[in-house]
Amino acid sequence: MYPAYSVIFFTTASGAGYGLLALVSVFAIGGGLPPTTWLGLAAIGTAAALIGAGLTSSTLHLGRPERALGAFSQWRSSWLAREGVAAVATFPPVGLFGIGWVFFNDVGGFFAWMAAASALLALLTVTCTAMIYASLKPIRQWRNGFVLPSYLALALYSGSLLLVLLTRLFGVYRPAFALLAAVLLGVGWGIKWGYWRHIDAAPARSSLASATGLGRFGQARLLEAPHTEANFLMREMGYEIARAHARKLRVIAHVALFLAPLILLGIVVAGAPLLALSAALLAVLSAAVGVGVERWLFFAEARHACMLYYGRAS
Amino acid sequence: MTDLPAAPGATRLGLVIDLDACVGCHACATNCKEWNTGGDSGPLTDVNAYQAEQRGVWFNRVFTYEVGGRREDARTVHFPKACLHCEFPECVAVCPTGASYKRAADGVVLVDQDKCIGCKLCSWACPYGAREFDEDQGVMKKCTLCIDKIYNVNLAPADRVLTCVATCPTKARHFGDFNDPESDVSRLVRERGGFDLAPELGYQPTSKYLPPRPGRRAPTASPPAAASASRHGAGGFLRWIDRALSR
Repeated sequence: MYPAYSVIFFTTASGAGYGLLALVSVFAIGGGLPPTTWLGLAAIGTAAALIGAGLTSSTLHLGRPERALGAFSQWRSSWLAREGVAAVATFPPVGLFGIGWVFFNDVGGFFAWMAAASALLALLTVTCTAMIYASLKPIRQWRNGFVLPSYLALALYSGSLLLVLLTRLFGVYRPAFALLAAVLLGVGWGIKWGYWRHIDAAPARSSLASATGLGRFGQARLLEAPHTEANFLMREMGYEIARAHARKLRVIAHVALFLAPLILLGIVVAGAPLLALSAALLAVLSAAVGVGVERWLFFAEARHACMLYYGRAS
Repeated sequence: MTDLPAAPGATRLGLVIDLDACVGCHACATNCKEWNTGGDSGPLTDVNAYQAEQRGVWFNRVFTYEVGGRREDARTVHFPKACLHCEFPECVAVCPTGASYKRAADGVVLVDQDKCIGCKLCSWACPYGAREFDEDQGVMKKCTLCIDKIYNVNLAPADRVLTCVATCPTKARHFGDFNDPESDVSRLVRERGGFDLAPELGYQPTSKYLPPRPGRRAPTASPPAAASASRHGAGGFLRWIDRALSR
């Protein structure tokens, strides 16, 4: 599948934003974060900015963005519509939670309920995003049990790195934040490891033989394509990445998204304040590059069944 | 709603494509383009129509496959492919706007060009590659089963068929109602062993394909007749020439 930068940016940025939102909401309710004005503004502001930028980016790949309002209507059947509804529904509780924290320095009572709603809706939105991909039968690299857990884990993990950086900046850091980030890192790493093993080993569900029904006469091969120039299908679904190239990018994703942040989190825990702050910043930057590569591969390694007709593998 | 119709409709319209009869002339594809560029989902725009990197919207695409052994055992199969108007069209279910829908009455899958936001998710959900994005208009397009033709009372009843069906010079395409067990399409599927494309994915396509019949070629084990005629079979003058030329 063609890796569109607008969608890669949307899923990674809004994922990190929703992950951060879910975590700060839970910690605010539990008393892990002090309800001070500037911390609230920075934490909720960062999350909202990432979410907003991501959602704006996602409309860039539409052919008719001016009609985007219609995309909320089919929530009964479409994960994309559900994602839109969940994303919009998240804003009111986030706004009220933010008002309580920033202006009244109060995260209890009604505002705690708003925080809880923000966290739930944030995770629900990420779930919808993942299910858009995980529900597509023609793409076996997406329709499997690893996709939803990996979207949720990577959203919470990238949010947790932002939480470590923010709390370091505002001097309200606790070792539990770094520990949580390390645990989420481990969970995300394990899921991605399993995902890559799965897509390398799992057999394709369809073949040219089943797609054409000609398998009964022996092996089928494409003799002549229907057209000489690449059409929409070949440009959108026919993106192919060389195996050696993909392997190198997987190594980059392993190092930038997981290994380097793990080492940097160690420095955050053990290092002097300024060193720890720098390490937290570097961890965020490294993971940002890593998750971008991971998401690029998520698209580039996905093969669509309709390309079987063009003689490609699925 | 992009929900699928709750109950099956009175008719279930679709095509039967005869892989034994198709000669790969692409007339279905070109005539489809001509009719539909002025039809319900028209225009079917082209980008760079008269230069390199030409690309445009087509509802029909004709592939050619070679099946079986590598040499003279192989058979060539021309394979026209368009929307199959599935019973479970995931392209409809994933549409966020309701632009894609399956008609309750006859099962035809259509796109409302005024509602489509061009998110392309429906094309991702179709394993048959039946949908093509119109980048000039920013909306998704697909085979309409010539919806503006098959019910058109201004046309003679005999002309109320898909343009690809009407134009096919070898009668490789048949249009009809699969709910009617006595229709041409139902009978052909029954008698010729009509099959679904990629049945393992569970879309249950309405349109069916008929397999090519067994080859009528003489057994390949027998020696080529013409080459040996002059040497062994022919007598008299031809044998003399053969001998003379062989010296």
